[in-house]
Amino acid sequence: MSGSDQAAIEPTLAVSGLKTHFFTKAGVVKAVDGVSLHVNPGEILGLVGESGSGKSITGFSILGLIDAPGRIVEGSIRYKGRELTTSSDEELRSLRGDRIAMIFQDPMMTLNPVLRIDTQMIETVHVHHRVSKAEALERARAALAEVGIPSPESRLKNYPHELSGGMRQRVAIAIAFINKPDLIIADEPTTALDVTIQAQILAEAQALCARTGTAMIWITHDLAVVSSLADRIAVMYAGRIVETGRTADVVSAPRHPYTQGLINSVPSHNVRGSRLNQIPGMTPSLINLPKGCAFRTRCPQAIDACLEPPPIREIGPGREVRCFNPVGVARPATAEAAP
Amino acid sequence: MTAYIIRRLMQSAAVVLAMSVIVFLGLHVVGDPVYLLIDPQADQAEIERTIRRLGLDQPIWMQYFHFLKGALSGDLGKSFVHGTSALKLIVERMPATLEIAIAATLMAILLGIPLGLYAGLKPDSFASKSIMATSILGFSLPTFWVGIMMIMVFAVMLGWLPSTGRGPTATFLGITSSLFTIDGLRHITMPALNLALLKISLVIRLTRAGTREAIHQDYIKFARAKGIPTSRIVGVHLLKNIMIPVVTVLGLEFGSLIAFSVVTETIFAWPGMGKLLIDSIQTLDRPIIVAYLIIIVMLFVVINLIVDILYSILDPRVRIGEKSA
Repeated sequence: MSGSDQAAIEPTLAVSGLKTHFFTKAGVVKAVDGVSLHVNPGEILGLVGESGSGKSITGFSILGLIDAPGRIVEGSIRYKGRELTTSSDEELRSLRGDRIAMIFQDPMMTLNPVLRIDTQMIETVHVHHRVSKAEALERARAALAEVGIPSPESRLKNYPHELSGGMRQRVAIAIAFINKPDLIIADEPTTALDVTIQAQILAEAQALCARTGTAMIWITHDLAVVSSLADRIAVMYAGRIVETGRTADVVSAPRHPYTQGLINSVPSHNVRGSRLNQIPGMTPSLINLPKGCAFRTRCPQAIDACLEPPPIREIGPGREVRCFNPVGVARPATAEAAP
Repeated sequence: MTAYIIRRLMQSAAVVLAMSVIVFLGLHVVGDPVYLLIDPQADQAEIERTIRRLGLDQPIWMQYFHFLKGALSGDLGKSFVHGTSALKLIVERMPATLEIAIAATLMAILLGIPLGLYAGLKPDSFASKSIMATSILGFSLPTFWVGIMMIMVFAVMLGWLPSTGRGPTATFLGITSSLFTIDGLRHITMPALNLALLKISLVIRLTRAGTREAIHQDYIKFARAKGIPTSRIVGVHLLKNIMIPVVTVLGLEFGSLIAFSVVTETIFAWPGMGKLLIDSIQTLDRPIIVAYLIIIVMLFVVINLIVDILYSILDPRVRIGEKSA
């Protein structure tokens, strides 16, 4: 397990060896194939990876929202020491939205179009807490004010289509925070928004976590977003975590060749007029992964040892990498520019 | 809203007017009612008298003008056969038709929505596949054949239900209907089910399709992520979304239930408007046919209006009138 420097604190969530597979007609899709991660109270963990790397499935697995043909086949998910993989549906339901909440990617789709905002907020309170309608309404109003929505009383009476995308995502965030959860899983919540709105939402989410002590897993494909937000970063590739560490360390000195490739392909790091750096090749099919290291076929550093699956190794305090030939001291990272 | 309704009603008046012209002209092309009405032994003078009495000696545009003048004061002409007001004859038969139309719609809602929901939520179960297979039969079997089969099985072979006619009526809350007596219910079960069969299948398919589509929407997954119990997700989040197309189609189909209950009413000898229409066509009783069609068109218009208003209640994104959201 990583995070030996924080061993004294019980993590809000500790996932170890999680495997979520989808049993399709074409074969077994190993969407999540041995993920281990943890988040401490008040901490923001950035879970970074390309589309199809299994980061969203990891999030849904934690909430127990994996539908057939998918199934958690192995591993453990511990919320405050409580094992979730063996919990009943009803136990998971009572945790969802109350202790562990989730924010989705597309704010235009997450709110029910035919229900008013107040209905959608109040029900979130009522299914978990026995409070009066007035009390639930007051909590809804307070939650909207908390995420920076002007005149929350009148917004409560609106339908989702009467609000802009940024407003809707704020409402979704307010719903996630309404029961003061211990953990929020945010699945690319700013991807569908304008850059300016994105910055506001990031700042608000960060402030909310700091204020309430809520831990957060921020799932994204955008390293730039997560580097300004997260305390720690976990990089996912083909269903596995390939590198973890403190945000500054990972961004300034990536050890895994994949992380380095991701950082190098951020446009701002390139000289104007030159071609953008990109990682050669494509993400492998999750049904038919390359033998050994899944990144081997695209890796500039691949050696013979990579034909065997590399184990995850601790290379510093809280710093882990899954690579036989990490980007080393001899070849320092090309991207020194910290965000 | 009021302006919208007034505009809609004016459009409808134009539709009714155009329709009346077409029907009036059309009916004067097919057959001569005089020879069906009078005694074959009658002499020429008798025939002339009848023609004048019915106003058929005048040119067609004059006849239409007379009809229009009467229609504006609520008189849609006198039946050639019965000699009484066509409107009155139709209105007398209307409750019987409304009764089976309403019973059929209720069956479509009460059977179609739950079955469709089940088939949509558990698409791979044996029960769902059976529901869907049966609904194909409901779609494709002709109404008259199913009606005859029902009479054969339930009335003739098993003897459970009466095969023809309307049962005794009772008055409840000022409404006189056979739905309020046991024997009346026994009489209405078969014709209503016969009439409803297609609608039940339609509602099952609509509800299932809506459910299959909605269940994969983010807002359902978000509701699950909020910890909402399945019963509320299905009963509120899902149902309210899929009710929009179901209400629209059911509303429109209610009009067609009334208009096209002709077949069912004929098979089960149900004394409704449809039966009256068939009888009138056979005797070329023009005023009744014209009056019937006008009433049906007006019914369609009113039902469409109600559906539009209901639609805007169900779907907040639709707001009637100029007021923009």
